[in-house]
Amino acid sequence: MDVTTPMFPSAYDLKAPVGAEGWEDLYPYYLKFQPALREKEDQKFWFCDSQHWPNPFKPFDTMTVEFAVKCLGQYNTRHYLVPPANGVDYRIHNGYVYMSPIGVPAEDIEARIPQFMERAGHYFQNWPTLLENWHKKVKANIDEMESISFEKLPAVVPLEWIKDGVGLDNTTALTENYDRMIQLIYRTWQYHFEFLNLGYAAYLDFFGFMKGQFPTIPDQAIAKMVQGHNSDLFRPDDEIKKLARLAVELGIADALKTGSVDAALAAVGAQENGSKWIAAWEAAKDPWFNYTTGNGFYSTDKYWNEHLEIPLGYLRDYIVRVQAGETIERPMDALHAERDRIASEYEEMMSPEAAEAFQGKLGLARTVYPYVEDHNFYIEHWSMGVFWKKMRSLSKLLHEEGFWPTEDGMFYLDRNEVRDVIFDYGNAWATGGDWAGPTYWPDEIERRKRIIDALATQAPQPALNNPPELITEPFTIMLWGITSESIKNWIGGDEDSDDLVGMAASPGAVEGIARVIRSPDQLDEIQQGEILVAPVTAPSWAPVFGKIQATVTDIGGMMSHAAIVCREYGLPAVTGTGSASSRIKTGDKIRVDGNTGKVTILS
Amino acid sequence: MTEFTLPFDKIGIKDHARVGGKCASLGEMTQAGVAVPTGFAVTTDAYLAMLDHTGLRREIEAQLASTNLNDVLSLDRSAQAIQIRFRSHKLPAAVEAAIRADYSAMGDDLPVAVRSSATAEDLPDASFAGQQDTYLWVVGADAVIEHVRDCWASLFTARAMKYRADHALGQIDVLMSVAVQKMVNAQTAGVAMTIDPLTGDRTRIVIDASYGLGELVVSGIVTPDNFTVEKVLMEIIDRKISDKHVELVPDVAAATTVEREVDEGRRNRQCLTDAQVIAVAQLAKALERRNKCPQDVEWAFDADLPEGENLVALQSRPETVWSQKPAAPATTGFAMGMMGMVGALNNPVGSKK
Repeated sequence: MDVTTPMFPSAYDLKAPVGAEGWEDLYPYYLKFQPALREKEDQKFWFCDSQHWPNPFKPFDTMTVEFAVKCLGQYNTRHYLVPPANGVDYRIHNGYVYMSPIGVPAEDIEARIPQFMERAGHYFQNWPTLLENWHKKVKANIDEMESISFEKLPAVVPLEWIKDGVGLDNTTALTENYDRMIQLIYRTWQYHFEFLNLGYAAYLDFFGFMKGQFPTIPDQAIAKMVQGHNSDLFRPDDEIKKLARLAVELGIADALKTGSVDAALAAVGAQENGSKWIAAWEAAKDPWFNYTTGNGFYSTDKYWNEHLEIPLGYLRDYIVRVQAGETIERPMDALHAERDRIASEYEEMMSPEAAEAFQGKLGLARTVYPYVEDHNFYIEHWSMGVFWKKMRSLSKLLHEEGFWPTEDGMFYLDRNEVRDVIFDYGNAWATGGDWAGPTYWPDEIERRKRIIDALATQAPQPALNNPPELITEPFTIMLWGITSESIKNWIGGDEDSDDLVGMAASPGAVEGIARVIRSPDQLDEIQQGEILVAPVTAPSWAPVFGKIQATVTDIGGMMSHAAIVCREYGLPAVTGTGSASSRIKTGDKIRVDGNTGKVTILS
Repeated sequence: MTEFTLPFDKIGIKDHARVGGKCASLGEMTQAGVAVPTGFAVTTDAYLAMLDHTGLRREIEAQLASTNLNDVLSLDRSAQAIQIRFRSHKLPAAVEAAIRADYSAMGDDLPVAVRSSATAEDLPDASFAGQQDTYLWVVGADAVIEHVRDCWASLFTARAMKYRADHALGQIDVLMSVAVQKMVNAQTAGVAMTIDPLTGDRTRIVIDASYGLGELVVSGIVTPDNFTVEKVLMEIIDRKISDKHVELVPDVAAATTVEREVDEGRRNRQCLTDAQVIAVAQLAKALERRNKCPQDVEWAFDADLPEGENLVALQSRPETVWSQKPAAPATTGFAMGMMGMVGALNNPVGSKK
């Protein structure tokens, strides 16, 4: 390669696709590559995080990346002082987000060590009590978000308020509730990272130790020793399985098999044992149906609670399998025994001193690691589900008041513009004049919608500029699976070859028919025994993992959701192939080798 | 008690001195329920009877007395003379009767392999006994008896004599047992090591496999398919498929084995299914766990046995190269507690590639 040519393009040379001109207006100034900073920005290596944000952002939705990545950074930089790593800088370009980890200057690392040891050490030493408190804090936020509602402004202030001398109007609550919702979700995102970085750090320590002992040990073997099996992340799927089994036991399963959700539930209710099953269904909903088919980062995410046809669809699949005499429950005892077998067999190959260290590090990793899986349910699914539900209700309210022509119009505004709209709404209500919004926003939203649709026609670049000689930033390696090695794969993708290379994320090798899925709405297309090929998967696709043989994704590392779920379900997985979902077509016969990370298109 | 033969299912490691390493290990495996082709050991008692009841011992001693062990020519002549002496004597009647009885108990003119089983523990048996003391596809009691005698005689090849001289071992004190074992009709066969022979990596099982009997793999005449299996996860992590141009197969009519060209369709194809690779690895791993040290296992898939029961172990012995090295500092340094974590963050693993 020509040494003067960067390995990846500069953001400043990447033009927007036709029709997306003016996309810059959609996002705040601090999220964009500033023309005046070109020289500085081009010096940095940026990688696209399409693992979490695969689609171009609507303006409101940028909040998810802003809060998440800001809060990730604060814990490294300001709370725990992780010795070599500050946070991750991020920019939006042509609708996609690019990240650039900020290291700590070599001369400052030493001084941070004692502080890190004291601060992080406190968390490791008090993990269970601090985590218990975390659950309370997160739940309190959820409860408060649930308690908030947005009311249309009435014609007049209630008479009681006059008599009680309240002295405030109905816009007050509207404004405050909106601000409070944003504050609550901002707090929630801080809690999200309070434990996550530490969980990864402990895992990284155990991981490094194992690689030191056994240089060739597969990454997945290390993951398997640590992975828990009764994570709350898998609880929604387990609940559906239980409901399927119960329906068969109570003899009401056939009533559930057809019709709309309402029709099916009514049919069950009419059965003799129906009320017992309905009670179980209702009990499972709270909180386990606060579960999205997406990843919680988009206003368009569908949550089971609001789309009961989704869990009902899964339930119907499971009922068929239960009636066919299949075991749908995961073999928990066998999974635990296997985890312990793997750990003890490696331990047997160590010196006594190493075995002692192994016990210590494995013990810590197993203490902290469940958070890495569990938090996803509490934040991305439950908290974000409640947040989006409330935001959609506000958008709908303003739609009904004429601010935009569709119920989801608000998400084409950024979160500060929404404050303006609320003020506009209250302002004209107070003056007795006309709202400006209903004449301004419909056209503007239409314009923005066209831009975002145009942005979506162009895939993001995997990265920008030149990578450092060696990737050394621990969280880049662990969270995003980006190493000097994987970057080589991004460039080295040989378009003529029938092989794709990615991460060997979950062991096993199979051959089968591919099913390419680009959105959770297509999940019901998957047939028994197919191989799921997708740009990225979400943990909430778990129910389809009972049907498929293996998974291949474009994006994601060892700790990506697809990898975690596949290991949990014992399916081979190859993640981070870069282009599997575009190179493989539905119906292709492919071979997936989760041991070597190779995917071969056979025919 | 003098026993000239002992069936494998009566042999344990305690019998090493009279049945040799190979038979002892076959006996151990048989008793442990590992699938091993049936057979029996012709014990060192039989060998001693041969030496002492035929006058052979005196003849060998006389020959040795006139041999200059440091002179290649003299050594060669002497070795040839001793071989001739061996062949000039019939086995003692009681020994012959014991072999005939055990052989006929295995079946009617069953094809067998006749192999030497050395008793000198510190001698890696290939270098001391050579390869020529393995006779395949031997049929009929007379032929078996003849080849048992050939195995004994192979103690006195020039190479073996030189080896003993160099290692200050008595020429006539080393005893030999012989294994008579049902011949495997090998579809595929090879070797499995429960340690990576190149790196000493104990988390790996390395398997060489080719068509026909394993002898061509062991002797290096054919480049076998090579598989690496992760020992704990039992997953194939590497495979190299080679051009396996020739295979050693039985020539039933001639009661021997022949090298045969492998047809085009098969030679570049993976010779084992993935499931068979894992089955071989499981077998080798079980033998390592049983013997508590890395093993070098010879195995075969027997075409005459039903699917699922057709994998047999032919031999399992301790791996010698890495096992004899002083406990390697395979472990890199590590720190405990928070300092360990600081180290892991400062030098994350993925950064080292």
